[in-house]
Amino acid sequence: MLKFLSVLATGTLLLTTAATAGSFNLGRAATPAEVASWNIDVRPDGQGLPDGRGTVEQGEEIFGERCAVCHGDFAEGVDRWPVLSGGADTLTSDRPVKTIGSYWPYLSTVFDYVNRAMPFGEAQSLQPDEVYAITAFLLYANDLVDDDFELSKENFTSVRLPNEDGFYMDDREDSPVFKKRDVCMKDCKSEVKITARAQVLDVTPEETKAAQEEAAASEVQETEQVTKAEPAPVAEPATEPVSVVASLDEELVTKGAKVFKKCKACHQVGEAAKNKVGPVLNGIIDQQAAVVTGFKYSKAMKKLNGDGLVWSNENLDAFLKKPKKFVKGTKMSFAGLKKEKDREAIIEFLRKHSQ
Amino acid sequence: MSERLKSPTRRNLLKGGALMGGAALTGAALPARADDPAITNLQPWMQELGDGVDAMPYGMPSKYEAHVKRRTVEWLTADNVSSINFTPLHELDGIITPNGLCFERHHGGAAHIDPAQHRLMINGLVDKELVFTMEDIMRFPRENRVYFLECAANSGMEWRGAQLNGCQFTHGMIHNVMYTGVPLRLLLEEAGLKTNAKWLMPEGADASAMTRSIPIHKALDDCLVAFKMNGEALRPEQGYPLRLVVPGWEGNMWIKWLRRIEVGDEPWHHREETSKYTDLMENGKARRFTWEMDCKSIITNPSPQAPILHKSGHTIITGLAWSGRGTIPRVDVTLDGGKNWHVARMDGPSFDKSMHRFYFEFDWDGSPLLLQSRAHDSTGYVQPTKDELRAVRGENSIYHNNGIHTWYVGKDGEAENVEIS
Repeated sequence: MLKFLSVLATGTLLLTTAATAGSFNLGRAATPAEVASWNIDVRPDGQGLPDGRGTVEQGEEIFGERCAVCHGDFAEGVDRWPVLSGGADTLTSDRPVKTIGSYWPYLSTVFDYVNRAMPFGEAQSLQPDEVYAITAFLLYANDLVDDDFELSKENFTSVRLPNEDGFYMDDREDSPVFKKRDVCMKDCKSEVKITARAQVLDVTPEETKAAQEEAAASEVQETEQVTKAEPAPVAEPATEPVSVVASLDEELVTKGAKVFKKCKACHQVGEAAKNKVGPVLNGIIDQQAAVVTGFKYSKAMKKLNGDGLVWSNENLDAFLKKPKKFVKGTKMSFAGLKKEKDREAIIEFLRKHSQ
Repeated sequence: MSERLKSPTRRNLLKGGALMGGAALTGAALPARADDPAITNLQPWMQELGDGVDAMPYGMPSKYEAHVKRRTVEWLTADNVSSINFTPLHELDGIITPNGLCFERHHGGAAHIDPAQHRLMINGLVDKELVFTMEDIMRFPRENRVYFLECAANSGMEWRGAQLNGCQFTHGMIHNVMYTGVPLRLLLEEAGLKTNAKWLMPEGADASAMTRSIPIHKALDDCLVAFKMNGEALRPEQGYPLRLVVPGWEGNMWIKWLRRIEVGDEPWHHREETSKYTDLMENGKARRFTWEMDCKSIITNPSPQAPILHKSGHTIITGLAWSGRGTIPRVDVTLDGGKNWHVARMDGPSFDKSMHRFYFEFDWDGSPLLLQSRAHDSTGYVQPTKDELRAVRGENSIYHNNGIHTWYVGKDGEAENVEIS
């Protein structure tokens, strides 16, 4: 009888509030290999670190090849990409520089992040030894270890970052603005002055401003030309456009667009394209090397310009196959496209943006 | 594009109205006015047949609404892959954000995932480490809840003073959506939590493999593993096919493209909860784990992108308010920079940790206005002024700026982002 009751009770429970039931027998057991493939996270106590080791010297080389294009040779940051070194004693200044050395509390965060998400656009392509080496180099770049330092799973947790104690748990609820209070509704102040205006800073995005200007112009008023806060260098083809006779293979262009995803972290094409880490690629086919306005080319690339190199099919193919082999000293950190088909597709895609 | 077309049109209408108003004042007898061609002319749509039913199998807004879109601020980030755009709050009403207008924030671009290849794994301090397919997940009991998602950095550009002209840019890192999903608690119970399970680490399947540490009490309280937004599948840029919903807490924790939940006994202190999403104070120390989004409000109309287009007379002020700690029973509005306040009218449904809509209607005399809104949440917290916030936090904390915002509205109805004494 008791047993019957408990079965009944369980049944009722399932019917009315299924949400409290224990098991739905859904899903399946994860295999150890499956867990191992995804379970790559690392904690401050070292849990999750793989076996491995790497030196500052090794790290400097890998960093130069894989990371410096965005973060700079000394981890100082290029353009608006993150600065990873320096910034000591800036946390109380007007412009704090929050780097691994000045701000990050734990070294495990560096290892975990590089290992899971870097290099940007080529995540999880680094071997554990390479991640140890890069992490060691970043410690060196922040003056935290000497140039002969080697980081390994064994000595990892003995390294402490300077700002480990710079953090505390959220205490907003203890702050004066959090107190319950009565609000004033009538005659709360006698005078109100405007103390700051957004138009003084004038950084509102272009399109809105353009729309406002146009609206103003439509009222037939002579509006003062507002100088734009951000000059946006749109590359213009520096050479005379070459007429391309060959018709496009649209299927190949579509494939090329997919392959181009590998390039998009640094290069843009199309009407609104701008120079990023790499130059705009509109019109690149049969264009002279290193002629995009406003882009800072490497010495090696400038030399090619001097030599009169043109990005013909053959040259582009060779460059894309192994960039660093074709142009020794190029800033382009991309490893290259091994498959001929990929190169063919991407060149066709670029041809489309050269017409 | 169509905004350019639209502005002059609206202005022409306005001029017409003003002329008539002026004439009406001069004499008791209404002068004859020109007939409105919108009425007297036969418009093409009144005569010609419209589109057939399948002209647009997935419906899109009218072409006259093409200006209603997410916008970005290019100089904020190094590139557009790890970047953000903003919800056009000034073009919306009610409380629900349409799916295509929900702001985007990615750290490694928006992944496009084949749901047949998507898996959710639960591992770590559980009795059984489990793998679910999308089909498995959709067989769990599901719930429907409306929640706002606000990026912790929303209004972060305004700490040092008024900067961007438009509530889309000052407050647009937010959206409010009805989610359909499985309570996270049910998935965790299916795996069986060990007694030392204290923290979770959800992880995304995108190229940034986004991770955050979440305390177990929140996971067992109201978190959802959602697969639908506003009734349809999540949009790719919102985490299709699966995202975590962490009601009331900062948007970065709502892991998109959710592929794994690890259960542990300590937080992981990963990049997005150390280097980013920690709040640096004036003394150089930083708050960590500032999860709740504080009570906040913004007047969406009028605002710099949405000026008052009529002259004096009956005028509507409207806006949004929300709190990560509850509901919004009350919003106050001032027209004179805080000398006098009026209780606004709340309208529409009031859900826990959801956006709320408020209105304030008044007879505008055409003189300049200094508009502010001040929200009260169900815990009794009152939205502070920007100066009150700066006094306790300095100007370097980037995140969690919930200060009262001010719009100056001139005689011409144009609005501007300002700060006042």
